[in-house]
Amino acid sequence: MTAQTSDERVLHVLEFPGGYTRSTGPVIGRFLTGLRSGRLFGVRTPDGRVLVPPTEYDPQTAAALGGADEDWVEVGPAGTVTGWTWVDAPRDDHPLDRPFAWALIKPDGADTAMLHAVDSGSKAAMATGMRVHATWRGERTGSVKDIAFFAPGEGPAEVPALDGEAELEPVSVVALPHRLEYRLRGGTVWNHFIDGMAEGQIRGTRCSACGKVFVPPRGACPGDGLPATEWVDLPDTGVLTTFAVNNVPAAGAPEVPFISGYVLLDGADIAMLVLVSDVPWQDVRIGMRVKAVWVPPGRRTRSVKNLKWFAPTGEPDVPYEQFEEYV
Amino acid sequence: MRDVAVVAFAQSAHSFSDLGWTEADLVMPLVNEVLGATGLKRSEIGFTCSGSNDYLVGTPFSFVAALDTIGAWPPIAESHVEQDAAWALYEAWVRIQHGDIDTALVYGFGKGTVGDHVGISSLGYDPYYLAPLVPGHVAMAGLQARALKDAGFDVDPDPTPPPATDGAAAVILAAGDVARRVCSRPAWIRGLDHRIEPHGIGARDLTRSASAALAAERAGVATGPVEFAELHTRFEHEEVLLRQSLGLDEKTVVNASGGPRKADPIMATGLIRIGEAASRIHDGSAARVLAHATAGPCLQHNLVCVLEADSISPEGKR
Repeated sequence: MTAQTSDERVLHVLEFPGGYTRSTGPVIGRFLTGLRSGRLFGVRTPDGRVLVPPTEYDPQTAAALGGADEDWVEVGPAGTVTGWTWVDAPRDDHPLDRPFAWALIKPDGADTAMLHAVDSGSKAAMATGMRVHATWRGERTGSVKDIAFFAPGEGPAEVPALDGEAELEPVSVVALPHRLEYRLRGGTVWNHFIDGMAEGQIRGTRCSACGKVFVPPRGACPGDGLPATEWVDLPDTGVLTTFAVNNVPAAGAPEVPFISGYVLLDGADIAMLVLVSDVPWQDVRIGMRVKAVWVPPGRRTRSVKNLKWFAPTGEPDVPYEQFEEYV
Repeated sequence: MRDVAVVAFAQSAHSFSDLGWTEADLVMPLVNEVLGATGLKRSEIGFTCSGSNDYLVGTPFSFVAALDTIGAWPPIAESHVEQDAAWALYEAWVRIQHGDIDTALVYGFGKGTVGDHVGISSLGYDPYYLAPLVPGHVAMAGLQARALKDAGFDVDPDPTPPPATDGAAAVILAAGDVARRVCSRPAWIRGLDHRIEPHGIGARDLTRSASAALAAERAGVATGPVEFAELHTRFEHEEVLLRQSLGLDEKTVVNASGGPRKADPIMATGLIRIGEAASRIHDGSAARVLAHATAGPCLQHNLVCVLEADSISPEGKR
């Protein structure tokens, strides 16, 4: 997804719809199932240490852990802060919307600590060695975020009942939503290309060493590793070197079937990925001569979307031998 | 083991704002600079390895774009690590040990100015226990700084991150006689090792760096004096911990280059430590230096490289 922002940088968002799905495996799944029940469990190593959160293998000996029920130990519900750091300005994706501490918390009965948020109210109230207890969410799904945060003191750690919990399967899969935002600037090569597209002109760059013409333009020749900075105005006609008939809708092509293809523009040395239309899909063929179909001049924007698709010109097909190098 | 040296190093004029440079824009001048310094042609490079992180600009396979700069057609022998390029150098060094090639080009690049580093760093942590909380690199460093403060170290328990930086670096490695031919003072790699600690930070003692100490031991740091050390210290408190773990005394000058606190082109920052340390050998100002690179939260993964001038190498061929 992209959108223009006022400072001419482009907002670019990276996210997976519904989150990235991961299987938990038996050990992590058992811990997360415990969190869903409002209980903390650790796993015992062969030498008797209790790891919280549990890991599938002992970090010291690499022994597989958690295979037997007796390897599992309930810990907490209160614990001790073994280390912490203060957050003055929480983010939207943080557990708390007010200043808080990240803390390493060793639940009673555990030999290692887990990271979570502590809602102490102030930095001055935080101290290594302080006692804390979990505050559980009412809605719990089998996630480390089923603990809303830890609060100072021994508790009690009240656990709101979860509707229908008895019928739930153990946790085996988690969905991890995340979203990253970027502010991107186009750069000189891209900007000159887009300025051309705004007026219906396709621009490429030429390598000074080998003479090859690249479109969309690139600042470096991939063959020679040298700057490719000479600009070339290219015609909007060319030959279709290969294509695909797509039956799954895509962002730029909501109706199916649609045809994507590579067009070698006349005078270019690399084929460009485009849409092909104004032709029944059964009639599309490799070697077909095509020409760009543009958004009308009055409705153009500073975007590659001005070039709608390529359509057949009706000229005779180009023999394969003439573009074989570019397929 | 074959004798392998850093024979050339170049780094960009790092930027603290996005100048709209692509990966190729960042890397290409440096590749040409190190090739020019050695007189090697592209066709003489036996292996190419790079380090970068797709999350930095949010583009899958962003390292492929940078390949334009090295002349990858006809096809070359090439590899990539989704890590700091110091680990790309490690891979290249191992590759040269195979014995069939004598040279390698290593480069790393990162655009740190365009993304959300707390979010990006969190995606590199444990996806079940840590990433959903989005703690980020600054809080992780804060936990370690506080642990050091609690243990009596004189450190600021509230660390600040280095400035977000765009930049890149490139290195050429060469073996034996090729290194001597293309470089007047090769910086010989006399020790190179990397070690990692458990990913559960609550299972670690944050007041020690067992992995840095082990890597230093295996790289042979203690077998001689270290005149200069370039340490991958993105946070101030890390220097005291690393000095201790690596066994450096007060005679060792740390981060004469300014270090990562002055410029942190993430994914190139570690490789720059090796390049800066090697430069002290190249310019004749030192005979034995150390470079360190790190990855992961709280110095989880540590690489140590010991570089020496010819005069104190076992061969003594200078």
